[in-house]
Parts: sequence; C-alpha cells; structure tokens
Amino acid sequence: MSKFTKKKDGDLPPVSTASLPDIVFMLLFFFMTVTVMKDSSLMVENVLPNASEVKKLEKKDRVLYIFVGKPTRDYQKVFGTEPKIQLNDKFASVSEVGDFILQERAKKPQELQNVLTTALKVDKGANMGLIADIKMQLREVNALKINYTTYEGDAFRNVQ
Amino acid sequence: MARRGGAPEVNAGSMADIAFLLLIFFLVTTTIETDAGLDRMLPPMEPPDVDVVIRQKNIFTVNINKNGQLLVEEELINLKDLRSKAIAFLDNGADGSCNYCKGNRDGSSSDNPAKAIISLKNDRETKYGTYITVQNELVGAYNDLRDRESQRLYQRDFTDMEGEFLNPETPSRIRDELKDKVKKIQELFPQKLSEAETSSSN
Repeated sequence: MSKFTKKKDGDLPPVSTASLPDIVFMLLFFFMTVTVMKDSSLMVENVLPNASEVKKLEKKDRVLYIFVGKPTRDYQKVFGTEPKIQLNDKFASVSEVGDFILQERAKKPQELQNVLTTALKVDKGANMGLIADIKMQLREVNALKINYTTYEGDAFRNVQ
Repeated sequence: MARRGGAPEVNAGSMADIAFLLLIFFLVTTTIETDAGLDRMLPPMEPPDVDVVIRQKNIFTVNINKNGQLLVEEELINLKDLRSKAIAFLDNGADGSCNYCKGNRDGSSSDNPAKAIISLKNDRETKYGTYITVQNELVGAYNDLRDRESQRLYQRDFTDMEGEFLNPETPSRIRDELKDKVKKIQELFPQKLSEAETSSSN
C-alpha cells in the first residue's frame, strides 16, 4: 500500500527560517545605532527648508530646540492656523522663550552652560516676523549661538 | 535508573518574534537625526562703546521684501545671481592691500575682504524658506572664496577641512594641525554678516 503514498522526488524542501532571528537582530541593531530617542512629540508642522552649506550639529547634550510652525490638524481647532512656537511639549508665546532658555540652561552641567547652541527648527512657511521676535528674546538672555536646522539639499527648492 | 540524553533542546522558534517586537519598538520611539543646519551668531545686546564709521562702499546691502524679491545694492536681482554678486563684492579688493583677491578692483566696491560687510535686511512677512535660501547663498559665497584660498594654500577644500576639524571623532593631533589652517583661511575672508532688525511693511 505504501507505494501509493510515496513522496514525489520533485518536491521542494522547506525553506529554513533558522537565520530569520539573525536578520531581524541585524535590522534591530542598525536602527538602534542610527536613530535617537524622540524627546518631544511635535505639535507643529515642521517641514524644514533645504540648504546646501550646512554644518552638522555635534553633541546633542549641548543643543536646545525651539520648534516653530503651524499647529498640526489636531490642535488647529484650539490654537488656530497661525505659526506658533513649541517649547518642549507645549505651545508658548514669544515672551516665554527667554525664560525657557534660562531654565534649560540651568539644568545643564556647569561646563556646558556657556557652549550651548539653540537650534531653530522652523517650518519653511513661517514668517520672519516671529523668527525676529525669537531672535530678539535669545539676544536678551545672551544665547547668541544659533543654528537654523535645515535639510541638506538644493536651497532653491525653498522658493518654488 | 532511566537516563535521558542531556537537557531538552530549547525551542528557538519564537526568537524571531521577540526580535521583531524589539525592532518595532525602536522604529516607533526613535527618529533618524536631521541635525544639520546653518550656524549663525547673533549680535550681543549691548552696542559697542565706540561708533565705528563704515564707508558706504564697504557695505553690501541685501533687502528681502515680503514677496521674496531681492533688492541688492539698490538693484532688483534674481536669487540665483546673489552668490556671484556677493563673491564679486567680497573679492573686489579696491585698495590693493589684499594680494590674494582676484576681483576687478572696482573703486566703488569694497576695499578689502576684512572691511567688506554684508548687511541683510528682511521684512516681517518674508517667508522663512526664502530667508534661508538667501542666508545659504551668502554663506555659500564665503565658502566658495575660502575654498579657493584653501585649495591654493593647502590643496584642500575649506569646508572639508572645517568639517574634519569640528568632528569630535577626529584625533586631537590632527585637530590641532587643522586649527591653524582653518583659522588662517577664516582670517583671509572673515565672515561679516550683519542683520538689522526687521522692518514692517506698512
């Protein structure tokens, strides 16, 4: 009877999945090394402009972030569609920027307090008036080193 | 006594699932860094004690209006021509003290790179994207000139050299060596970019 159930010779052997964990671990380590933890969730639209003459921001512990842009759709009902400033996890007005910088600066170790950079992550649709106000605030608290964070690319794409 | 052959084998079939779980966790909670940008220094709040007199011909005025149009030296120009105009101004060297300048020594333009100042003014309603493009072109003008001098003196691009100098992973021995070179080039074309307070359109 067994001759009826004889296995055919042409059957493919099953694909071995023994190396699947290795592959996945490889992917995992890749992502662990090239990415960083999100420290605040974005509440504003943040399409950065492009620039070609960029310099890398080294050492994340010396950087303070200020986000500017239109509130995302969830927040538009409450905050409107005009560009707003986001500091850490909440919206702020221009006058709060100075205090924010002073507070954040006080949290840093003594030796870093004089070398802090303020990174301005500004949506490309924002108006310069708001940026000028922020810059004025930064000058008042003597946070003079700033960085306009951009994507690397052709700068002329900003104006089309 | 019945002896069983060794410890039973641990089933590793779920290893892939565990690894996937970790992978997805990291994908969700992290972001790929986009931290590069244009470095700028803001002027300090206190005005300098002495009033410096700057001659009009040493100032290169750039005005951006609210529609993103450019007025450079009282002349409406295209954004694409800004870099070459700025280079021509910085590289002019009218008083002859700059022996590395290759400009056409126009008497009505800047005396030498150390005196040349670019003044950028923008409207409150100027779009940020336009402003960054202009900033990028002006920084690019300086970088082009510095690259030229750097190639002449050290056969290497300035931006490349500065990048290596600023990179914390570069060994300190090489860094010290680069520091002098970077400084030298920066002194040949000091970046003097002044930003006036924005004007309102009305």
